[in-house]
Amino acid sequence: MIVKKRSLSRRLLTVDLPMAAILVFTLGPYLWMFLTSITEEKRLFTEGPSLIGATLENYLRLFDTVGFFGNLVDSFIIASGTVVVGLTLSVTAAYAFSRFSFPGKRYLMLQFLVINMFPVVLLILPLFIFMRHLGLIDTHIALIAANSTIAIPFSVWMMISYMNGIPRSLDEAAMTDGCTRMGALWRVVLPLCVPGIIATGIYIFITSWNEYLYALTLGGRSVRPITVAIQTLIGEYEVEWGLLTAGGIVGAMPATVLFLIVQKRLISGLTQGAVKG
Amino acid sequence: MNTRSSPSRAGGLALGRHVLPIAMLSPAVLVTVAIVFLPMLETAWMSLHQYVLFRPKDFNFIWFQNFIDALHDEVFWISLEHTAIWIFLTVPSQLLLGLVTALLLNQQFPWRAVARALIIVPWALPSVVISLMWVWIYDSNYGILNDFLLRLGLISSSIPWLADPDTALYAIVLTLTWQGFPFFAVMILAGLQSIPRSYYEAAAIDGASTWRQFWHITLPGISGVLMTAVLLRTIWVANSIDVIFVMTGGGPGYATYTLPLYAFIKARTNLDFGYGSSLAVLFTLMLMGLVIVYLRRAGKAVRS
Repeated sequence: MIVKKRSLSRRLLTVDLPMAAILVFTLGPYLWMFLTSITEEKRLFTEGPSLIGATLENYLRLFDTVGFFGNLVDSFIIASGTVVVGLTLSVTAAYAFSRFSFPGKRYLMLQFLVINMFPVVLLILPLFIFMRHLGLIDTHIALIAANSTIAIPFSVWMMISYMNGIPRSLDEAAMTDGCTRMGALWRVVLPLCVPGIIATGIYIFITSWNEYLYALTLGGRSVRPITVAIQTLIGEYEVEWGLLTAGGIVGAMPATVLFLIVQKRLISGLTQGAVKG
Repeated sequence: MNTRSSPSRAGGLALGRHVLPIAMLSPAVLVTVAIVFLPMLETAWMSLHQYVLFRPKDFNFIWFQNFIDALHDEVFWISLEHTAIWIFLTVPSQLLLGLVTALLLNQQFPWRAVARALIIVPWALPSVVISLMWVWIYDSNYGILNDFLLRLGLISSSIPWLADPDTALYAIVLTLTWQGFPFFAVMILAGLQSIPRSYYEAAAIDGASTWRQFWHITLPGISGVLMTAVLLRTIWVANSIDVIFVMTGGGPGYATYTLPLYAFIKARTNLDFGYGSSLAVLFTLMLMGLVIVYLRRAGKAVRS
């Protein structure tokens, strides 16, 4: 009994306490932002953020006067568009990588991996010039294309790892029963991949939703994703922290919620490659 | 192999075998060529030209003049130095904090699942929100950091963390550490969980101390993951400019310029796409070494 008690207090001291400290560091800034967002603007600078007299005033102003809703819609269109482009292009490619061997396969796979290693600046300058030539600046298409530079390689790799987990014997069985290759992919492999497809899609959605530099460079007056809108709150209204933090909370909400929902599957997919390597 | 047994069908299948993968790959490959590789070539091409966006007619081929100019550009060297400081401070801090977090999460305690879910929150937040959140924390008049340190008596007057050239870069390093350590924690935790329990039991029977167990079992067990995570993170941290851009825009003065940020600002603010491109190309070449090391490791995994 005594031993147990000692080990409990020891655990509290060496595990629970440090863990709690790290969690305070991790969540503190976020909670502070939330607290600021529900404090009245006038009281913010006299008494500082507090729970007493909490108000939704900042959130209401965000939607009434700043037109935040349109920005949310823009972000939603761009993120969904990127998910569709990323997934449709990568499914057949991932299947080919997973099931066939052909000359140059390894290089082609690494080519998809290397894309995400290049600095954004290397791509952002020519993409701006391209889109300007095509007259696509300030359209959803431009931003979907730009976000696809990240989404396609990522989802190709994720889908390969999911498809490798599905036994080849299933495809072969389907093909002996008279399915074509595409039939086997469509009827047998894809349905089994649905959880993986959802996780990949959600990850693409989050990254596109959170993306800022492309949004800033290729967006404009008519297409302004939420990340740019939040940032412009600084300029248009001389730093109203209540409004700004409310914008931050709203802008971060969809990605955070989605992430917490799928985090288990997502993390196992993301870390698999690293553990193997 | 079994197609060989029926020679009449072998021709058709062999053809199918070559054409089908190509057909299945081509949409993804063609699109990436169009939106990634062609633009990259365009950057390389622009970097050899004098090209300022508001003077589109002066698109003169000037060989490597932009690169030579860069080497004589004081700001280039300042940015390069900051990039080095930035990487060598941020990545180890993220790694250490991530390692500690992973080791803690690998212990048994009642609220472990909750802690593991919450620790990743920073990873899911948009970098703009992260930047603004920390600008607010660092605020010299109302920021909580100054308030906190003043109350503890650690400082005697408020410090304008982001407006002071001596502290601005380090303040951003802290922000990026906060943003990036969950990635390390999650990766390392996955590595830790792949080490068989029996190793520790055997070591405990042999009387090995916790420290020796860590040194001889845990570290070797996660070294592969650590290496991959450090490589990935270094490349990512080196490239990342959104947080700096929002928090300080490179200022005060050039105090928080990193090389990719300098390239971005040159193009965005000065509209000097020729010089900006050459900076981007130079930076990519410097990064290439790391990328190749990473690809070698990944390539091995692909083969197996």
